[in-house]
Amino acid sequence: MSGTWTAVLVASVGCYLLKLAGMSVPASWVEQPWVARVVDFVPAALLAALVVVQGLTSGAEIVVDGRLAGLAVAALALALRAPFIVVLLVAGAAGASVHLLTG
Amino acid sequence: MQPDRAETLRDAVGLGLAVGLYGVAFGAAADAAGLDVWQAVVLSAVMFTGASQFALVGVVGAGGSPLAAVGSALLLGTRNTVYGVRLVPLLRPRGPLRRAGTAHWVIDETTALSLAAPDRALAGLAFLVGGATLYLTWNATTVVGALGAAALGGTARAALDAIVPAAFLALLWPRLGGAFPEPAVQRRVALGGAVVALALTPFVPPGVQVVAAVVAVALAGRPRRAVAS
Repeated sequence: MSGTWTAVLVASVGCYLLKLAGMSVPASWVEQPWVARVVDFVPAALLAALVVVQGLTSGAEIVVDGRLAGLAVAALALALRAPFIVVLLVAGAAGASVHLLTG
Repeated sequence: MQPDRAETLRDAVGLGLAVGLYGVAFGAAADAAGLDVWQAVVLSAVMFTGASQFALVGVVGAGGSPLAAVGSALLLGTRNTVYGVRLVPLLRPRGPLRRAGTAHWVIDETTALSLAAPDRALAGLAFLVGGATLYLTWNATTVVGALGAAALGGTARAALDAIVPAAFLALLWPRLGGAFPEPAVQRRVALGGAVVALALTPFVPPGVQVVAAVVAVALAGRPRRAVAS
């Protein structure tokens, strides 16, 4: 089995078990103040890391290309409270424009 | 129909459809990362938690190891554990089977819908209707996105490359504003995560910097004293 399939299956079952754990363990285990603190802030750290890794890197290098233009217009659209789908469309249009202009 | 009930149903279906359409972006991102349609389908059907799904394909697409991909998906999945704890007293799923089924749909959106409902019965309705709408739409649009992206040419690929980071930004954005508690701390942690990930990029295997960025949670500081309310 390929590494990708292994990752897909292990992570899928793992994420399900994390959900099931919440419905099964005593609430006091999860409601420790420091557990709640970490869980509240993990998404911010990881999602921000994914924004820059997906937007600015290629392998081990930092690369500036149409993806950064996409992020800039996406940020503008989000600030203007545009719906998700509009944010993605304008980001895609920016990326495609840079690709066409720079060949 | 009572106005509360109608409103709960409308919110649940509306949110389920709106967020479910986002599955197109996930299917396309999965294809861009080199996953096949079946892998995208299994992620949407079994994992069924958007941020973790995007993280897994993002790390695989960046050339990351399966371990880094699984690690980032699981770290993002931990918040669903907390949601489950909050939902149990509200939904009171009886018996192991019902508990196992309910757990599968515990995500950001169903939790928000259930907690926003005016009473317990409507919370259960919001969870069921919102969860079903989102699950069906999300899985259908995943297939559309994965098959559609496979047919794209060079310029459309460049568009897709720009859509994936924008999708993460759209997932992150609400946490940085007023919708979540302590937005200033969220912004500090997000900035820290971004800096750690970029700084490590030249030195670690792809994907590892994403998992390592979790250290930025330390910037949140100690838990606040619980405020009596």
